[in-house]
This record gives sequence, structure tokens and C-alpha cells, in this order.
Amino acid sequence: MTAPVLTEAALAATRRGQGRRLAVLALLAVAVVAGFVLIGLTGNWEYALGVRFRKIATMTVVGVAVACSSVLFQTVTGNRILTPGIMGFDQLFVLVQTLIVFLFGALALSTADPRLLFAGQVTVMVIFAGGLYRWLFGRRGRDLYVLVLAGVVFGTLFGSLSSLAARLINPNDFVVLQDSLFASFNQVDPDLLALSALLVAGMAAWTVRLTGRLDVVALGRDHALNLGVHHASVVNQALVIVAVLVSVSTALVGPITFLGLLVANLARQLTGTFRHRTVLTAAALLSVIVLAGGQLVLERLLAMNTALSVIINFVGGAYFIALLIRESRR
Amino acid sequence: MTRRPLSGRLRAWHLVAGTALLAVLAAGSLFVGVSDLTPAGLLAGRPEEVRTLVESRLPRLLAILLAGTAMSVAGLVMMHLTGNRFVSPSTAGTTESATFGVLVATLFAGGEAVIVKMVTAVAFALLGTFFFMAILRRLTFRDMILVPLAGIMFGGVVGAATTFVAYRADLLQSLGAWTAGDFSGVLRGRYELLWIAGAVTVLGYLYADRFTVAGLGRGFAVNLGVRYDRVVNTGLVLAAAITAVVVVTVGEVPFVSLIVPNLVTLALGDNLRHALPATALTGALFVLLCDIAGRIIRFPYEIPVSTVLGVVGAAAFLALLLGGGKRMGLR
Repeated sequence: MTAPVLTEAALAATRRGQGRRLAVLALLAVAVVAGFVLIGLTGNWEYALGVRFRKIATMTVVGVAVACSSVLFQTVTGNRILTPGIMGFDQLFVLVQTLIVFLFGALALSTADPRLLFAGQVTVMVIFAGGLYRWLFGRRGRDLYVLVLAGVVFGTLFGSLSSLAARLINPNDFVVLQDSLFASFNQVDPDLLALSALLVAGMAAWTVRLTGRLDVVALGRDHALNLGVHHASVVNQALVIVAVLVSVSTALVGPITFLGLLVANLARQLTGTFRHRTVLTAAALLSVIVLAGGQLVLERLLAMNTALSVIINFVGGAYFIALLIRESRR
Repeated sequence: MTRRPLSGRLRAWHLVAGTALLAVLAAGSLFVGVSDLTPAGLLAGRPEEVRTLVESRLPRLLAILLAGTAMSVAGLVMMHLTGNRFVSPSTAGTTESATFGVLVATLFAGGEAVIVKMVTAVAFALLGTFFFMAILRRLTFRDMILVPLAGIMFGGVVGAATTFVAYRADLLQSLGAWTAGDFSGVLRGRYELLWIAGAVTVLGYLYADRFTVAGLGRGFAVNLGVRYDRVVNTGLVLAAAITAVVVVTVGEVPFVSLIVPNLVTLALGDNLRHALPATALTGALFVLLCDIAGRIIRFPYEIPVSTVLGVVGAAAFLALLLGGGKRMGLR
């Protein structure tokens, strides 16, 4: 990609343009959120408001987590068609969860402090995912598509292993496990939500501190090293952030494979930049718009409840194929 | 995608040894199960044991052998026709399209007529496969890996559509029951459709030479006097029909159509007429082994064969992809 040479004035103009677009996105997000909370509010509105606030909080936390993790992952791997969801990260979380029940029984899952349990899961996930994907990406000379395919198959493998472990668990434990895996936007434990919000906020702050170096890392390993950025350290930090964020979003609402792909690419297209500060903000806003807007349309207009992730997978999958075709024509 | 054999030619004794091994395992598998069935009891002619054998164990064994054989041959044929060793019914959206077809048939024709389900499933499987071929033509840069990746994603999109329709029609649970490949429900009268898949497989053998030539590419094939488009279309129809029949009778059996043909051609080379019998044999063995494992791991409960295949198959595929890449001439 050749970047056009810009004068200071032109650069400032582009920045202003990006600022305007971000402002529009922010307005849209606020409108969608307000619409979700207020439209069709009848009956015991105090109760309804409480439910809706919790839902919108969940969607915001998940949206920010998915957007952030996808953009970071794409930067670190230097590619626009990879996201943690496609690479099997969320299936890995499900597997870790299942294995905990398998090894320690459902009692551990239901009696242990959920926050402690969650912290434990996230730790295991960070170690495991970090190790696995460092190993995958560390192999030089790997062709990109081999990696993606390997990621997809790893996802299948994790999924099959989870269902195998689930079959070996006794039926009572399995019910507990199923409850913990199929949480939707409708029933999220408030304690867990608060903890997740805290974690996501922390990771977001960490990401903001990294943005400058991420911009450099996006140029590629050699350029980054030449410019004096410790490439490996930034990549490691980013992978830890990604693992935590994926754990949080999967634990809250289950896998939404293609959301990240959709919002990360749309954000880049809309803002026309690679600066992380801008792209991350745009992706997070888009994510909230897609989730809250999608849920709004489904719930209020079509009177359906939990099919949003299915629709996102449908649209996202089609978008992925389109991306593949376009990339292959380069 | 010509591949030279690693270990020389297929010799007759390979096939004989393989068949013997299969026969031993098959006979053994008859005596694995919850209700009592022992060789001694059979010899004594105890009526309840004979009944178990005829009504349940034999049909199950036949279903396993037919499904394993047919799926792996379908994979081999698709691999040849697309010239890509990672394209198979499970990586080209064929399986998912067939499942979609079963769902549509159930919605509009009720759950009764199996033949209606099958015809619809075949039609959808064909439609899906040809649509994928259309996507393939648009991929100008045909990377060995890019093609199956696009296929898997296409399958994902079709799967999402299926889930959505099933969700709206409140059929999500039944959908889960159909899609998980499982031989435990196979009884006499519940598997006979698979003989169609067996017949189609034989048809594939008769066409083998033409598929081999088509696998060399359009230009080459036309020069040798083969009607390229017709051969390719025939092959795709065969593969789609096999997949649809298997999905309708036992559900999805993942990875068989991908792993088995790859392992066999790795050992024997690309001549379809040589590879085909070995592929059929290995496919039957592979599925039989996984099914027996599923029956034994948590006796007296059963683990569906699709779960076992998912684990074993995904691991084997990863090994092929990451480890055997160089040997397979990927790069």
C-alpha cells in the first residue's frame, strides 16, 4: 500500500474528517442506545428499565471487548481477515470451562465464588491461548492462509473436545455447565457484569497506553525494530489483552464469531486510517451500534429474542467470503 | 495436483490384509453393546440374541461400512475434480446444504416421507456445491488453502441460515438431533437408503478414469477427448448425492471425506482407479474404529460417532496441515 504524501494542512484536514466521522458514529451509538432503552416501554417501566439497562450494559461491555480484541489481533498478526473468533479463541474458552467442570465437578462451578472462578478461567485461558498462538505465529515462513485454516480447525477441535468432555460429565453436572455456557444478553449475573466491566475498562486503558507502539508494530516487525520498538514485547502484551477480552465476552454472552471481523474492517474503511486511537474508537462504537441496533430491531420490530448472533454469523460469514475473494484478486 | 506414491504400488496383499483386518473388527463390533450378545449364545441359537443381531447390530455395522465407504469416496472424487486436496463435502458447504435441505423438506412436507427428504437434500446439496464452484471461479488466485477456507466459511453461512430457519420454526432441537452423526439409532428398516450411497459409490468406480483425467485440468482433459464439463458435473452430482443420503440417514460424519482420501493418496499416489478401493476400505475402517471407540469409552453410554470423528479428524487434519505440509507438496 502506498501512502500519499501529505502536507501538514492536508493532514490536519483528514484528521478533522476522521473526527467528524467519529462524532457521527458516537451520535448514532447514543441514539441506538437511547432507542433500545426507551422504545416500547410500557407496563411496570421501573422494572423494565432495570432489565434494559443491564442488557445495554452487557452489550456495551461485550461490544468494546470484541472490537478491541479484534483490532489488536489484526495488528499483531498483520492481517485483516483474522480475528480471535475465527482463530478458535472463544471455542477455547468454552473448552476450558468444560474441562473445569470435568475435572472438579459442577460443585466447583456452583459453589465457588464466581469472580474467583472467572479470574481462574481467564488466567488459564491467557496462558494456554498465549502459548498456542505464539507457537503458531512464531513459525516463520508460514503462509497466512495455512494459519487461518489451522485456526478454524483448532476451533473445531476445541468444540469437539468440549462436547466429548460434556458427554463424559454426569448429567446433573452437565445441566449446570450448559447454563453457564449459554448465557445470553438476557440473563447476565450482575456481579460478573460489574467485574467484566472493570476488566474491560482496565484492558482498554492498557490498550490506550499501547496505541502509539501498536501504530508502529502495524508497519511490520522489521520496521518496528528499526524504529526502536520492542516488537515481541508489544505483541505479547497485545495477546494477553486479547485473551482477557475474549474470555470476558465469551463468558458473558457466548461465542459471536464474526462480529469482530465485521466491526474491525468497517472501522478501518470508515475512518480510512490505521491509527489505533481512531480505529479502536470507531470499532467500539460500531460494535455497540451493531449489537444494540440489531437487538433493537429483532426484539421490538420482529419480536424475536436470541437470534442476533446467528444473524451476525450469517452476515459476517458472507462478508468474510467477499473479503477472501477481494484479497485473492490483489 | 499430481502426487507420486511414497511406497510404490498398491499390491494385492495390501487390499487382502486390509479386508481381513476390517472383517475381524467388523465381527468384533457385533459383540460390543449394552444388550447381551455373545458368540456362544449365537451358536446356541438363543432367539433373543439372534434377534438383537438381525434387528440392531447387523444393520448398524452395514450402515457404518456403507457410510464410511461412500463418504470417503465422495471426498476423493471432489478432491480430484477441484484439483485441490483440501476440498471435500465437509469443506465445500455440501454437508451443510444437505442439512438445510432436510430442514426445508421437514418444514414443507412434514416428517413422514423419507424419500421426499432425500430428494430435497440431494437437490440442496447440489445447489450448494454448484454455488461454491461459482465462488471458486471468482477466486482468481487459487491458493491450495484459500479454497477450503472459502468453502468452510460458505458452509458456516449456510449453517447460520439453517439455524435461523430452525429457530423460527421451533425445530432447533430436532435439528441438533439430525446433524449429529450417530449410528446408535440405526435399526433394520432405518438404514436401507444407504445402499443407494453404496450404489453411487460403485458408479464412481466406473467413472474413475475419467475423473483422473479431469483432475489434470480442463485443457489436458479436452485434449484427451474427455468432455470436461460433463465429467465434472457428474462427479459433483455423485458426491452431493452420497453426502445427502448419509446426512438423511445418519447425520453429518465430519472429516471422513477429508482425512481418508488424503492419507490414501499420500501413500498410493493419484491414480483414482488404484486409490479408490483403498480409500473405500480405509474409510470403512476409520468410521468403524471411531464408532467402536465411541461405544467403549463410556460404556454403557454411547458417544456419537460425530463427536469422536470431530476430535480424531480435526487432530489428524491439523497434523496434515502443520506437519505434513512439506511432504504433501503444499508449497
